[in-house]
Amino acid sequence: MNAALAEAVIAGGRPVAAEAVLDARGLSFAHAGAGTVFDGISLSIRRREIVALLGSSGCGKSTLLRVLAGLETPATGEVRFLGQPQAEPHPRSALVFQQPSLLPWLKLADNVGFGLDFAHQPRAGKAALAARVAAAIEAVGLAGREGAYPAQLSGGMAQRAALGRALAREPELLFADEPFSALDAITRAEMQALLVDVVHRWHSAVLLVTHDIDEAILVADRIVLMGGRPGHLVQEWSVDIPRDREDHPDAVAELRLAILAALRHASP
Amino acid sequence: MTGLLFPLAGLLAAALLWAAGAGWMESTTPVASAFAPMATAEALQALLLGSDLWAHVAFSLQRVAVGLAIALALGIPLGVLTGLSPLFSTATTPLFQFARMISPLSWMPIAVMVLGVGDAPVYFLLAFAAVWPILLNTAAGVSQLDANWLLLARSLSATRIETLLSVVLPGITAHILTGVRLAIGIIWIVLVPAEMLGVSEGLGYFILDARDRLAYSDLMAAILVIGFLGYLLDHAARSLHRRWLHA
Ligand SMILES: Nc1ncnc2c1ncn2[C@@H]1O[C@H](COP(=O)(O)OP(=O)(O)OP(=O)(O)O)[C@@H](O)[C@H]1O
Ligand SMILES: [Mg+2]
Repeated sequence: MNAALAEAVIAGGRPVAAEAVLDARGLSFAHAGAGTVFDGISLSIRRREIVALLGSSGCGKSTLLRVLAGLETPATGEVRFLGQPQAEPHPRSALVFQQPSLLPWLKLADNVGFGLDFAHQPRAGKAALAARVAAAIEAVGLAGREGAYPAQLSGGMAQRAALGRALAREPELLFADEPFSALDAITRAEMQALLVDVVHRWHSAVLLVTHDIDEAILVADRIVLMGGRPGHLVQEWSVDIPRDREDHPDAVAELRLAILAALRHASP
Repeated sequence: MTGLLFPLAGLLAAALLWAAGAGWMESTTPVASAFAPMATAEALQALLLGSDLWAHVAFSLQRVAVGLAIALALGIPLGVLTGLSPLFSTATTPLFQFARMISPLSWMPIAVMVLGVGDAPVYFLLAFAAVWPILLNTAAGVSQLDANWLLLARSLSATRIETLLSVVLPGITAHILTGVRLAIGIIWIVLVPAEMLGVSEGLGYFILDARDRLAYSDLMAAILVIGFLGYLLDHAARSLHRRWLHA
C-alpha cells in the first residue's frame, strides 16, 4: 500500500482520490431567510490542478468558494482537505480577492507576511518566515519594493502583492475569487500568466472563480460550469490545450464556443 | 512662495481692519487703545518673555490632554461596540445623538455641584464634549472595515485578540484620528469658558483675570495665543492623520 493511499484510509476509511487536495461531497448552503444558494455540489480538486469555476452573476460562486475554503459551514455535505474533514480554514489554503485588500498601515513585506505568526498557524522560525516572504515577493516581481506602503502601489502591483501574500503561506490550494476582474486588459493578461507560473513553481492547486471564459481557458486545467437556481454544477471540461495557449487559437476558440453554448443552455 | 503669499495677505488685512476698528472706537471709548494691535503686540512680547503666561498655557494643555485621554478611553470601546453590535447601536444611537447636541457647558453647574470646585468638573466637561466625535468616528470606522480583511484574518484562523489587534484597531485608526482632530477642536473651544469657573490657572482663567486687572492688552494677547495654539493643535492632529495613512 503506498503512502498516499494509506493516508486516505487512515483519514476516515473512505477512499478518496489519492492526490486530491480538496474533496467536497453533497454540499448545500442557505443564507438565513434568503433561500438555498446551491445544492448537491460535489467537487474534487487534485494536487497542483488549476480549476476554473465559471458561472453567471449571482449563481453562488463566491458562496461556494467560501464554503470550500472553510469560511462558511455548509448546511449539508462535507469538505475534506488533504483527506481530513475541514472544520476551519486549513493553514495550507490561501485566499485572493477581487480587490487586493492589502492592509494600508503595513509595508509590503509585512502585508505579504501578514498572519504567518498567528497562534493557529504552524510554528516556524522567524528566519524561515522571512525567507518565505522574500521568495513570495520575488516571485510576484516586487523585489525592491518591500518597504512600500499599499497607497504607493499601482492597482496591478497591489494585486501582485495580494498574490504574494497568498504564496507566502505555501498553499496546497489557492482560492481566488475573480482576482483579476478589476484590472485593465494588459495587466490582467500579465497576471494570468504570472498566476500559472507561480502556482506551478509553488506546486499549488487553484480554484479560480471567474466570469471570463477566455481567462478560464487560458489558465485552467479544468473548467467547471455552475448555474441554475439553486446553483449546481452543470458541466465540466478538461482543458488539454498545450501551454502557452495563446499559440493555439483554434483550439481555444472551439472550447470557447462549446462553453458559450452550455452557458446559454444553463441560463435560459 | 505664492503658497504663503495669500494666507499672509489675509492675516495682514485682518490686522489692518483690527487697527482701524480700534482707532475708530478710541474716539468714543478711550480705553479701546489698549485693544489696538501695537499695544497687544507689546503686551504679548512681555507675556512671552515672562513665565506667567507659560504656566497658564501648560495648565490648559494638560487639561486638553486629560480630557482627550478620558474621551478616548470611553469613546473607542463604546464606538467599537456600536460598530460591531447592531443591537447596541440601535439601542444607543438616539441617546447619543441627543446627548451630543447638548452644549457641554450647560452641564457646568451640575458638574461643579457633583464633582466639586477644581479640575474635576473641567475634565468632565472637556471629556463630555470630546467623546462624541471619537465615538461616532470609531463606530463609522468599524462598520467601514474592509470585509476582506476580516475574511483574511479568519482564513488564518486568527483568534479574537489577533483580529482585534492586527485588523480592527489599526483598521479604524484613521477614523479615530479624524475623531481626535474634531475632538481637539471642540475641546479647545470648550476649554476657555470651562476654565472661567472655579479654577485659578489656565488660559480661560487668565482672560478673566486680565479683565479684572483691566489689563486689556494682556486680554487681547491671550486671545491671540489661544488662536495660535488651537491652530497648532489642529495642525498636529492633521499631520498625525496624514502620517498614519502614508498618503
Ligand atoms: N449575506 C447574504 N445574505 C443573503 N443572501 C446573500 C448573502 N450573500 C449573498 N447572497 C445571495 O446569494 C446568492 C449567491 O451570491 P454569490 O455572491 O455567491 O454569487 P456569485 O456567483 O459569486 O455572484 P457574482 O458573480 O456576482 O460575484 C446571490 O443571489 C446573493 O444575492
Ligand atoms: Mg462573487
